[in-house]
Amino acid sequence: MKYAYFPGCSAESTAQDQHISTMEVAKALGIELIELKGWTCCGSTPAHHTDKMISLALPAANLLMAKKTGLDMVVFCAACYNRMKVANHEIKSNPTIRKEVAEALGEDYDGSVQVLHFTEVLIKKLGIKKLQESFTHTLDGLKVANYYGCLLVRPADVTNFDDPENPTLLDSLVTIMGGESIEWPHKVECCGGGFALTRTDIVLELSHSIIEMAELSGAQCMSVACPMCQINLDMRQGDINKSKGTKHQLPIVYITQLLGLCLGIPASKLGMEKCVISPKPIIDLVKKAV
Amino acid sequence: MSIIIKKNRQAESLLASVKKLSGVDVSVCLQCKKCSNGCPVSTLAITRPSDIIKKLQLHMDEQIFNSDLIWMCASCETCFSRCPMKIDMAAVMDTLRHISLKRKALKQKGNVPLFNKSFLKTVQLFGRTYDLGMIAAYKMGTSTYLQDTNKFPMMLKKGKIALLPNLKADKTYTNRIFNKAKNK
Repeated sequence: MKYAYFPGCSAESTAQDQHISTMEVAKALGIELIELKGWTCCGSTPAHHTDKMISLALPAANLLMAKKTGLDMVVFCAACYNRMKVANHEIKSNPTIRKEVAEALGEDYDGSVQVLHFTEVLIKKLGIKKLQESFTHTLDGLKVANYYGCLLVRPADVTNFDDPENPTLLDSLVTIMGGESIEWPHKVECCGGGFALTRTDIVLELSHSIIEMAELSGAQCMSVACPMCQINLDMRQGDINKSKGTKHQLPIVYITQLLGLCLGIPASKLGMEKCVISPKPIIDLVKKAV
Repeated sequence: MSIIIKKNRQAESLLASVKKLSGVDVSVCLQCKKCSNGCPVSTLAITRPSDIIKKLQLHMDEQIFNSDLIWMCASCETCFSRCPMKIDMAAVMDTLRHISLKRKALKQKGNVPLFNKSFLKTVQLFGRTYDLGMIAAYKMGTSTYLQDTNKFPMMLKKGKIALLPNLKADKTYTNRIFNKAKNK
């Protein structure tokens, strides 16, 4: 299984742990992720806030680079995933847009590269059986609130990731790992996304809602699949406590970090020391599978 | 005193501009409020998504550009996801932001356009974002120097932020893209 891997800008900065854990899990499962040479920023939210052409051409540049490798593209960052999928969708369905993007890039791109989220590769390509066979450790009933956020699941007809109101892909991964995926209503509520610096007040409000609901629903930790969500929910938990007078202490970990632990990879190789809210209670609960 | 009237300039309603630029026809809105009820910032903002649609239909252009929702919208796409008439509200909001930038509408709390500009500037320079660069530019532009400085030592210690920009990007395409945008 070979893919063109698009790490995304935060993989080298604020989400190095996401990148590290993804590469470790892929290596352990025999999935070859070949980093797209010379990849550039997808534009994320700032691009589509500013200009339509830029917001489609920036991801299209990378899709074009991927097309030349002949491989499908794998992404982990939910924002990058969303922008790639939107770019493909718009280029495929609108000839005027395709032409404008081609003018911007200096080359034509037909929207045909398949884009997968890393978790989609695990469930839809690798398969549950191979995953189960590969796990050496179990989450041993750990109660996990699986948080999907916005950009993986919406717009549903563009991403086709999962159900946009009650997705279960990450839940099934946790179940296979021996954990308990709790039922909770805030799976796809917005955390505040890119407002981390500009409207921190919005992030604190929305992220507090999500953490509180997870705790009320019995979660011992939360799994995430988006670098922005992870930063908002983890790094700002202290700020939330200060501004709301709450005492949240919920570890927020990447799904790939949980997967890594169950594959027997030590926490130190999964970047878990980078979490602000200590994930040690979780790491200590992971047991060797019988 | 002379008044210069530009030739060949037609006034276009905001409603028509939005339809032209985004392809979205908001006339089919039922005002069912599903968008506003799902909007995560609806309890925090004064204006709601369904209000924007109503104001577009009533040609209340100035009010739209002065409304807080334009730059408080989190682009979460919940509105589009739930609209029974499949109005792409997220695309409408993006289009209103684009027009708002061109018309140089009033700055709003948080100055999101400045953040976006700083972000895209680092992409233009390096092909990838450079967090410290964009944060510095944004903080200088908004004079919010002290906010979050308490996090910086922790982020450095945990290696949570890149100190230097990454120079491995192949800027062939991004150079063309930003040149085209400049010459538009």
